Amino acid sequence: MSLVSKMESKSSATSPSERRLHKELLALIKEPPPGVKVDVDSVGKNLQEWKINIDGVEGTLYEGEHFQLLFKFNNKYPFDSPEVTFIGSNIPVHPHVYSNGHICLSILTDDWSPALSVQSVCLSISSMLSSCREKKRPPDNTLYVKTCNKNPKKTKWWYHDDTV
Amino acid sequence: MDSDEDTFDNDNVDSGNVSSGDDDFAMEVDISSSRERQTEPEEYHYEVLTTDQIVQDMVDSISDVNGVVNLPRTITRILLNHFKWDKEKLMEKYFDGNEDKFFQDAHVVNPFNKPNTISVPKVTKSTTDEICEICFSRNPSGMMTGLECGHRFCKQCWGEYLTTKIMEEGVGQSISCAAHGCDILVDDVTVTKLVPDAKVRVKYQHLITNSFVECNRLLRWCPSADCTYAIKVSYVDARPVVCKCGHTFCFDCGENWHDPVQCRLLKKWLKKCDDDSETSNWIAANTKECPKCNVTIEKDGGCNHMVCKNQNCKHDFCWVCLGSWEPHGSSWYNCNRYDEDEARAARDAQEKLRSSLSRYLHYYNRYMNHMQSLKFENKLYASVKHKMEEMQQHNMSWIEVQFLKKAVDILCQCRQTLMCTYVFAYYLKKNNQSMIFEDNQKDLETATEKLSEYLERDITSENLADIKQKVQDKYRYCEKRRKVLLDHVHEGYEKDWWDYTE
Ligand SMILES: [Zn+2]
Ligand SMILES: [Zn+2]
Ligand SMILES: [Zn+2]
Ligand SMILES: [Zn+2]
Repeated sequence: MSLVSKMESKSSATSPSERRLHKELLALIKEPPPGVKVDVDSVGKNLQEWKINIDGVEGTLYEGEHFQLLFKFNNKYPFDSPEVTFIGSNIPVHPHVYSNGHICLSILTDDWSPALSVQSVCLSISSMLSSCREKKRPPDNTLYVKTCNKNPKKTKWWYHDDTV
Repeated sequence: MDSDEDTFDNDNVDSGNVSSGDDDFAMEVDISSSRERQTEPEEYHYEVLTTDQIVQDMVDSISDVNGVVNLPRTITRILLNHFKWDKEKLMEKYFDGNEDKFFQDAHVVNPFNKPNTISVPKVTKSTTDEICEICFSRNPSGMMTGLECGHRFCKQCWGEYLTTKIMEEGVGQSISCAAHGCDILVDDVTVTKLVPDAKVRVKYQHLITNSFVECNRLLRWCPSADCTYAIKVSYVDARPVVCKCGHTFCFDCGENWHDPVQCRLLKKWLKKCDDDSETSNWIAANTKECPKCNVTIEKDGGCNHMVCKNQNCKHDFCWVCLGSWEPHGSSWYNCNRYDEDEARAARDAQEKLRSSLSRYLHYYNRYMNHMQSLKFENKLYASVKHKMEEMQQHNMSWIEVQFLKKAVDILCQCRQTLMCTYVFAYYLKKNNQSMIFEDNQKDLETATEKLSEYLERDITSENLADIKQKVQDKYRYCEKRRKVLLDHVHEGYEKDWWDYTE
């Protein structure tokens, strides 16, 4: 893949945030975890926006479905968490996912740690979907979608019950 | 002294000579020497601490505990914070048994569980590189560090992590390990060591001090804007404390000193005042817009047939359904598009709302009036100072003109008290004692307004002696009436006279 070699050649990215994103991207392209795939063309030249495709896991309610996540990073990453939302035509119907793509998941805000990564976030979201037992929207979906801030990180989340 | 005041005094003697254990000691510090104290209030001891003294107090607390439990100071500090700086509670739990749980609850690694030989990473060999999970780069072990939990990151990432927490999120006391899901807290020495920027360290110290004061029951920041003092007491009580900046406030709730009303009701009142929904409810219930020209119309009668008063509009419509009046014409001035009972219920509710609101506004207006007047106190002090200089030019000595400043002091105290009596009165249920209270309130109010009037008067060399006499008589009277009112309310607290509406 020409892009990978191009990226490997310019491995001396400038800021610490860019350096880390660079390394994460390479790793994700070279050894993607099952069902997770970076849309390489979507990655902007400043590395600040990534689209990632994830597949519904076999044997779960989402088997056969395909979803797309949008990651936005600022230059404080990884000390500041990325902004992560579902985008595109298929937003998973799930008790922690609002119909506008916002995700209620504590590691995306309060429980974020700089030792987490794009890959670990993708895996957490994938396992959140896999453990779902009934496809439905959060109970406050209508109100939330009408009134929320565009940036899900601005929401003061009351984390829904994790056992769903 | 004016004769009407003498009468007042005698009339009310029965409600005024009561002793009470709870006097507002601090506010009257100023005047206590000139006053014969009938009741000596139990003194309330407190200290005013500077920021440095607060830090010292924190250090002393740690030493106190360390004298008993032999732990690293950094751990003691985290433990103390966990127990809200209640030393006794910490010791009690510490000697209570379950050591592992004790440390786990406070988010520190049990220092007694450490193996005796701590494996110090070998810094000598550069071959023992470790990968930092934050920056993903390979570092010599000497560049890696971590807490007792064993999660290690490079020093640069630690510094960045702590700086973000402190500067962006304003977290001081409760910064935990950078590893995902690890709740072990970072101690102050580690933070100081790993944060390279002095500015960030200062902010950290500030956050730590702040959480020390905020979670310590016996400490309270002076609520005055820009004041950096804190008050330290030996037990918590609703008592007035005076900060070095001059601000007097209630230690228990932090509001301006509010005798005779209690913290609970004051808080309720302030919330009610903040929340102007009551007023907007009234507007919503009693006004509508003309459906044609949108002029706001207030309904003041029972009939639903409305005619817009805008001369250019004069639209006929039904108040209930806002429809044009024409189809209603033959239905006896009732809207037949609206269920009768429901309409009546709505009207009743509207009436109820209107009367409870006007009651509230009655107290609110008086409360606000005194508050507004108090805000002019600075202006009044300035004009009084000017008058005092003027009088000194009329051959009066400095000591002879002091009565004016004192008059303003007393005026302010009376207004502060009166303000709070309206909060008390709003929640008070009517009974015989509440009527005595209202009389006391009325007397004090009349006298206070008169004193205020005297202080506005022009002073000339002719009326000077006369004015001095009048002002002195009046403020002595105000002072007396204020005490009578407060003593009466306090007695009621003791004897359980007061019933509240909610
Ligand atoms: Zn690092
Ligand atoms: Zn840890
Ligand atoms: Zn102060
Ligand atoms: Zn109070």
